[in-house]
Amino acid sequence: MAVRKLAPEEIQPKSFAFSPENEVFADQQIAKYPPGRQASAVIPLLWRAQEQAGGWLPQKAIEAVAAKLDMPDIRVMEVATFYTMFNLEPVGKYFIQFCGTTPCQLRGAGDIKKVLERRIGEQNHVSADGNFSWLEVECLGACCNAPMVQINDDYYEDLTTENFEKLLDDLAAGRPVKKGPQNGRRASEPQDAIKTLTDPSLYDGSMIGTWRKRFEEEAVKTAEPAGQDKKS
Amino acid sequence: MLQDKDRIFTNLYGLHSPDLKAAKMRGAWDGTKFLLEKGRDWIIDEMKKSGLRGRGGAGFPTGMKWSFMPKQSDGRPSYLVVNADESEPGTCKDREIMRHDPHLLIEGCLIASFAMNANAAYIYIRGEYITEKHALQKAIDEAYEAKLIGKDNIHGYPFDLYLHHGAGAYICGEETALLESLEGKKGMPRLKPPFPANMGLYGCPTTVNNVESIAVAGEILRRGASWFSSIGRPNNVGTKLFCVSGHVNKPCNVEEAMGITFRELIDTHCGGIRGGWDNLLAVIPGGSSVPCVPADQIIDAYMDFDTLRNLRSGLGTAAVIVMDKSTDIVRAIARISYFYKHESCGQCTPCREGTGWMWRVLNRMAEGRAQKREIDMLLEVSTQIEGHTICALGDAAAWPVQGLIRHFRHEIEKRIDDYAANPHSESVMMAAE
Amino acid sequence: MAKIIVDGVEVDVPPEYTLLQAAEAAGAEIPRFCFHERLSIAGNCRMCLVEVKGAPKPVASCAWGVRDCRPGPNGEPPEVSTKSATVKKAREGVMEFLLINHPLDCPICDQGGQCDLQDQAMAYGVDTSRYHENKRAVPDKDLGPLVKTSMNRCIHCTRCIRFTTEVAGVSDLGAIWRGEDMEITSYLEKALGSELQSNVADLCPVGALTHKPEAFHYRPWELSKTDSVDVTDAVGSAIRVDSRGREVMRILPRVNEAVNEEWITDKARHIVDGLRLQRLDRPFVRENGRLRPASWQEAFGVIANRVKGADPKRIGAIAGDLAAVEEMYALKALMQSLGVKNIDARQDGTVLSPAYGRASYLFNSTIPGIEDADAILIVGSNPRIEGSLVNVRIRKRWRFAPMPIGVIGEKADLTYDYDYLGAGPETLAEILAGRHSFAEKLKGAKHPLIIVGQGALSRPDGLAVLSLAAQVAKEVGAVKDGWNGFSILHTAASRVGALDLGFVPGEGGLTARQMAAGGVDVLFNLGADEIDVAPGTFVIYQGTHGDRGAHRADVILPGATYTEKSGTYVNTEGRVQMGGRAAFPPGEAREDWAILRALSDGLGHRLPFDSLSALRQKLYAEHPHLGAVDVVSAADAASAVQVLAGLGGTPGREGFTSPVMDFYLTNPIARASGVMAECSALARGLRLEAAE
Ligand SMILES: Cc1cc2nc3c(=O)[nH]c(=O)nc-3n(C[C@H](O)[C@H](O)[C@H](O)COP(=O)(O)O)c2cc1C
Ligand code: SF4
Ligand code: FES
Repeated sequence: MAVRKLAPEEIQPKSFAFSPENEVFADQQIAKYPPGRQASAVIPLLWRAQEQAGGWLPQKAIEAVAAKLDMPDIRVMEVATFYTMFNLEPVGKYFIQFCGTTPCQLRGAGDIKKVLERRIGEQNHVSADGNFSWLEVECLGACCNAPMVQINDDYYEDLTTENFEKLLDDLAAGRPVKKGPQNGRRASEPQDAIKTLTDPSLYDGSMIGTWRKRFEEEAVKTAEPAGQDKKS
Repeated sequence: MLQDKDRIFTNLYGLHSPDLKAAKMRGAWDGTKFLLEKGRDWIIDEMKKSGLRGRGGAGFPTGMKWSFMPKQSDGRPSYLVVNADESEPGTCKDREIMRHDPHLLIEGCLIASFAMNANAAYIYIRGEYITEKHALQKAIDEAYEAKLIGKDNIHGYPFDLYLHHGAGAYICGEETALLESLEGKKGMPRLKPPFPANMGLYGCPTTVNNVESIAVAGEILRRGASWFSSIGRPNNVGTKLFCVSGHVNKPCNVEEAMGITFRELIDTHCGGIRGGWDNLLAVIPGGSSVPCVPADQIIDAYMDFDTLRNLRSGLGTAAVIVMDKSTDIVRAIARISYFYKHESCGQCTPCREGTGWMWRVLNRMAEGRAQKREIDMLLEVSTQIEGHTICALGDAAAWPVQGLIRHFRHEIEKRIDDYAANPHSESVMMAAE
Repeated sequence: MAKIIVDGVEVDVPPEYTLLQAAEAAGAEIPRFCFHERLSIAGNCRMCLVEVKGAPKPVASCAWGVRDCRPGPNGEPPEVSTKSATVKKAREGVMEFLLINHPLDCPICDQGGQCDLQDQAMAYGVDTSRYHENKRAVPDKDLGPLVKTSMNRCIHCTRCIRFTTEVAGVSDLGAIWRGEDMEITSYLEKALGSELQSNVADLCPVGALTHKPEAFHYRPWELSKTDSVDVTDAVGSAIRVDSRGREVMRILPRVNEAVNEEWITDKARHIVDGLRLQRLDRPFVRENGRLRPASWQEAFGVIANRVKGADPKRIGAIAGDLAAVEEMYALKALMQSLGVKNIDARQDGTVLSPAYGRASYLFNSTIPGIEDADAILIVGSNPRIEGSLVNVRIRKRWRFAPMPIGVIGEKADLTYDYDYLGAGPETLAEILAGRHSFAEKLKGAKHPLIIVGQGALSRPDGLAVLSLAAQVAKEVGAVKDGWNGFSILHTAASRVGALDLGFVPGEGGLTARQMAAGGVDVLFNLGADEIDVAPGTFVIYQGTHGDRGAHRADVILPGATYTEKSGTYVNTEGRVQMGGRAAFPPGEAREDWAILRALSDGLGHRLPFDSLSALRQKLYAEHPHLGAVDVVSAADAASAVQVLAGLGGTPGREGFTSPVMDFYLTNPIARASGVMAECSALARGLRLEAAE
């Protein structure tokens, strides 16, 4: 965290205003919360502002969000600096969040990190062509598909140095890439060894309603003693 | 092995479509109205009887939690908040529910909200789950469209469901930090009491539940509390999603019976331990917060709350992190310590100051650049954090370190001896912060 | 009440008490850093941990309620231990954590000797450090001219943030980043924008926030302490004046629940350098248009000459805003002996007068009474700058449970939400006529409070406005049995005392403005620096600073500031308070009553007291309530409101404006202060920025 700081004044844009679409988005977000609770929308708005500003949050964007939500600047600043997904400095066109936490570390994240260091350089630094920057982040919640990185919005999982190098090559060359697991897995199933969820009756609708039998039986059961009660 | 017919998450791997039509074919939204018509008390009672314990880590009985909500409103609305922050290292199960079986979650939200007299629920999803966010939003839109939820829906109970996202902060998984975050503030845990059931979101009665806890509700009610409670072992019942990562041949998520043994879990679903069972070093059985358990103790242990607690560890989120003998266990735990230092919100003294201290010492220890007496000091520092903080992150930071020292003190000592035996001309650089 | 056992001692306390309060009631002291009884509970420092029998882990006593404790299995009262081994270990642990990243710079820290951390470290610290990592380095923040930062020392207790947001009502401070990188700052290090900001340095339990103007000037143990009263507004905040030798080194708040709780304004505190600068330290007389130093005898001689030949009808006296009751009493007595009826203390031309009864000019609800109000109408006042601590009470009340507040006058940021009703008397008339929706809110309230400021009263139609306000008070039931919601907010510390003394024109006498406009030939000016005297009048200025009054003077008699004499002040509520002498007047300057006593001799009308106590004896004999220090003597509000309401009159249409144009420069001491000048310039800048 210690390395995060506001971008220097020279590169801070002089102004920021939400695009018309994002204004609409902002109003929709605010509408999710009870009246007077518009501050609840601060993260979504900052996030959208960051997207609009090209992947990082300029000072003026922070102030624009504060104005939109009627919050003091410092409160929005607190939020912008507390949550690590807000980039306060420019990032590469492909912003790579590399998971370095133990589950990924156990499965070779160290090698992935070396690739990043060799190809892009230090973290928090944009490559000369503006294409890449990377950051070591904490567990991204895809541990069964470790090691993995997030590039912009998407997860790229089951990485090896080979498939990761290829992924970076493809991105740099503007070739289409496959999101998700890079080793042919679909999701977090045991690769080529699924032993579960194979029963076709789970999917053909034949189980629908079968559970009601229980209630019908119970209804009969409870009706009987009640009837006897009346008799006695 | 749990039979397929007893599985709740039938699209865990996304092999089928997550959309409403397919979800209905799999049984979602089947008779929801019927269940609601059984009434609030019945629902809460069934949930209690089912023995479901919260899937977010602490294992608090879900039905009981629901029963804490006020039966009668004092004018304030009630809220359900679903914890989809899923940030505990090793844990990646809620993600699969949200992207592959979202309708089970949405239906659960309606049922739980109905049972707690809430007409609105918020799902707080971690910020990094961007595609999951879109997938879930799509499903919510479908549910609105089909009038399954909304102000005016076929269930006759007005209910709005909103998706809210975070932006990178593990602490927002802690339920009160989550509420702060949802209110537009920094995710700093609140003092308790007052508890959320009293004063939660916007000062209103609120229940926070994990995604999995909510998503299983519909199936539990349909199939019956007795069905659910018949699976597993006493006090540790039902089915559970396990996230197995690390040094197994086939890491995966899998829904299994609570109380399955570690060996069966790994052999059945994960293709065994990398290099065979003899190569197992230790396991972190419940997400990074719980202490590791050495191989001999875990191999035949039941994977459930009570067994693992007796091993001085915990089931936590059932995120099973497996480490074989190639693992540098000191470095592995040091990396976990870094995680907690990085994620401490900073408000309370022991956690803010202690997590960084522990990480720095452990980091040196991983290199051997330490004194043996520092091992006991480190242990003491961890106890100075444990139990002294506002939220459980302090405990979560302390436990892995305690587990390491408890089981692998010899490994640290060996490191120190090795380092001392090999004189280093230049001082070793600290890891980049 | 609830029973609870603390360290074996059973006590009965209200169930809403925290364990910390209960422990105190049982005589057990609990260390704390983040807890402050006037701020919300943060519970973040963890120093106050105690053991509750049956609880799995120690609990923060500042945050845990007595009612949150479960009784024993047979209904025994809950048991708390504050001294057990667990508790001791927990405290030592917290202490160690606080110290690992705290710099070892106590010898050069201004907080040295008054530092909670230093004190607690003596009790719970160990003398060696087990921490061998690098200490954290935190960049200092520039928060403006008053608060100096040394952020390495910060222990993140968040008292400063809570004070500014909760009490001061400004969102200036926050904590950015997180975890061990968390830093207290203002947004992009903007200077703090509150008139109460210095209180944060008092609240800071360590030396992270200290008082910039006082930096490195003293060590607390060198200072002698004198209790006093602030005179920079009419609130009468309790202060302590700390001096070293002849010099006042600092002013800090004292607790007075009835007035300022424990806060003071930045002006009250940082006026200190103004006490030293531009002082009149010897008599002067004007000769050939220029002031030249003179001896007391000479000065008295010149005055005697002028007075002797003058017609008492052409002699007058004006008392300024900082004058103590004693010197005004002496001056009035002197004027009486000269047969002069032209006396007045109302430089600003306010229409308030003892003629309508004492309750007609007091803040009758009292300041703590604000907390009982359930609807407030503010007329012609900006309480935030005219009586900041009155404003703090209004905010406190509003924060507790927002109630309707209406403002007629200038729009300003008062730190709470209010309905802006209108600019001037017309709106007031509409309320009276029931044509304004706010009238309903006032009528619907149990305890409506109407606050009238000098902005409504110091104008030609002031009397009509006052009457109108009284009519509204009557109409909405603001004055009734057990509630007196008709309150005048004064801005001058001397004013209520002067009105109590009857320092107003006698039968046929001239008002201050009339005198200043050339109505008299000889004018005694007792520290009146807010009024211009027309050419031609011979002015005797008795005061402390080379300010407006001295520049216009023909003879200058150097007096004493409020810190250099013992004096009585009556605050806006009518609360009589006495300030002590903390230092001595510079050079040949003297205490004011003594100057007047000596002058009376020179004029051949020797005043009948030789000592301050003799003066006070006579004063109390004439005005018994002035002898009742620290109390508000009840005044008959019902009849005062009746009288005022009966005055009638037609107010004009002009909007009300606040009499305080610049909060930081309202008196000659403040205008001499470099610190106040800096604050004033900064506030102007911030206002311009806000206006953009
Ligand atoms: C530091 C910390 C992080 C947590 N993270 C999560 C999380 O990511 N997801 C989650 O469901 N619960 C998390 N929890 C647990 C929640 O506080 C809470 O107990 C849980 O959401 C309750 O849901 P349940 O009763 O359904 O388990 C976390 C707790 C702590 C102390
Ligand atoms: S334990 Fe850590 S994360 Fe939890 S409230 Fe305290 S400082 Fe924040
Ligand atoms: S005084 Fe209680 S936690 Fe700080």
